Amino acid sequence: MLSFSEIANSIHEWLSSHLNNTWTLVVEMVIAGVLVISLFALLGLILVIMERKVSAWMQIRLGPNRVGPKGLLQSFADTLKLLVKEGMTPGGADKFLFNFAPFLAMIVAMLLMAPIAFAKDFQLWNINIGVLYVTAVSSISVISILMAGWASNNKYSLLGAMRSGAQIVSYELSAGLSILSVVVLTGSLSLSDIIASQQNGWWIFKGHIPVLISFVIFLIAVTAETNRAPFDLAEAESELTAGFHTEYSGMKFALFFLAEYINVFIVCAIGATLFLGGWMPFHIGNWQGFNNVMDYIPSSIWFFGKTFFLIFVIMWFRWTFPRLRIDQLLNLEWKYLLPISMFNLLLVTAMAILGWHF
Amino acid sequence: MSNDKNIKSAGSSPPSGGLGGYIKEVFTAVKSMLVGMRRTGYYFTHHKEIITQQYPDNRETLNLPERFKGEVVMPHDEKNEHRCTGCQACELACPNGTIKVIFKNEVTPEGKKKKAIDKLVYHLELCTLCNLCVVACPSDAIVMAQTFEHSVFDRSKLTKVLNNPGSKIMEGVE
Repeated sequence: MLSFSEIANSIHEWLSSHLNNTWTLVVEMVIAGVLVISLFALLGLILVIMERKVSAWMQIRLGPNRVGPKGLLQSFADTLKLLVKEGMTPGGADKFLFNFAPFLAMIVAMLLMAPIAFAKDFQLWNINIGVLYVTAVSSISVISILMAGWASNNKYSLLGAMRSGAQIVSYELSAGLSILSVVVLTGSLSLSDIIASQQNGWWIFKGHIPVLISFVIFLIAVTAETNRAPFDLAEAESELTAGFHTEYSGMKFALFFLAEYINVFIVCAIGATLFLGGWMPFHIGNWQGFNNVMDYIPSSIWFFGKTFFLIFVIMWFRWTFPRLRIDQLLNLEWKYLLPISMFNLLLVTAMAILGWHF
Repeated sequence: MSNDKNIKSAGSSPPSGGLGGYIKEVFTAVKSMLVGMRRTGYYFTHHKEIITQQYPDNRETLNLPERFKGEVVMPHDEKNEHRCTGCQACELACPNGTIKVIFKNEVTPEGKKKKAIDKLVYHLELCTLCNLCVVACPSDAIVMAQTFEHSVFDRSKLTKVLNNPGSKIMEGVE
């Protein structure tokens, strides 16, 4: 069966038979870069139309239905509009920081793509500290937001950026602690090891209620980290017009917009990898026939299916709940999520030591 | 350790009632989250609930709600008779002078002089469609119509006379 890993291997063999080692590496890096960028573009187009359709149906509306069949080409039209728009830089802005911030946001999103396993044996960079890498690099995104808010020379942008900073810094704690519970159970920081440990069942099933709680906390925390409603205080259309990207237009705005959706995809991919078994198919105990049928579905479809399911759940959050106030937001983190996830981590550790999981 | 007032307390207030109240608050929050998500999940899966009207496309089959207010009209029956007595209740009820009642003197068959409406002038351009005139009318002479395509090229065309020419009051309304 044709799989991503076989294609990658055959390209690698073909290249190494024609070029020396250095050039093989260079060409492979270029190919990986192009693939990541095209994945970004594709994800941006798909996620925007998905969000608009999901939001419409949840609010008893029809959603975009004019461009293309059932409105599916709407995001192409929007992208085209953004491409031809002028990218304004306000007069009082810090030119360098203002123009650099959207690219920093994209660079962070790109870096986060590296350790994700998209299919069986198909990973850009299999490092042994994948989880640590993801949590560390994702915190850089707050710098791009602060940079954009500061450089815009606009009170709304600055307020939005400050809120976003407070929010991301505090919610990273509970996101990290809920990730740690899976790390404790697996005993490894490598994402491929974590996936391999879910061969006989996903952690959300194997880990009983404590892992379920950390999964829920993870979902809430990453929703806050990606600045999406109900935690979108950084943007808060009704108060701050658009928060940190108020002054951005054209392609620079599009990069921020794209980075938001890519970040959603990445955190959902991480969530799928940690709790839902990454590319591992769904198996039930000893039902050999059922398991064989599940194995027949390609691993990439499993991975993207789980990721898009989590993206749908996050969209579901967004279009159900009203926005929190800043004090409610910080209360939720420091008084509820953090103590609960700390206690939960203790439970998971006890479970891992005593071997109470399957 | 149970106390019911915790359920009512807002999310921002500190949890009272110790650990029990805290746990109760968390469970209440999760439960209310699930209730909300169930509602939106229902709408997501049941597309028959969609209320969007694709207006210019479905102009022929447009189905407006019963209480939709488009403009004030005066219904006439087949004998060209209306129910307006000219009592001016609508004119007094209108907050922005949209309705003007102009009178004429009529002679009844018995030879008595009687006051009747000549014209009931209605300024659609001033009307906010507040429905107060329809509520004020004691004899149900005016109602709200469901027409809403009011665009015209001249403002004067928005000033309308509600009673048909040559119409008179229905028997037995007064």
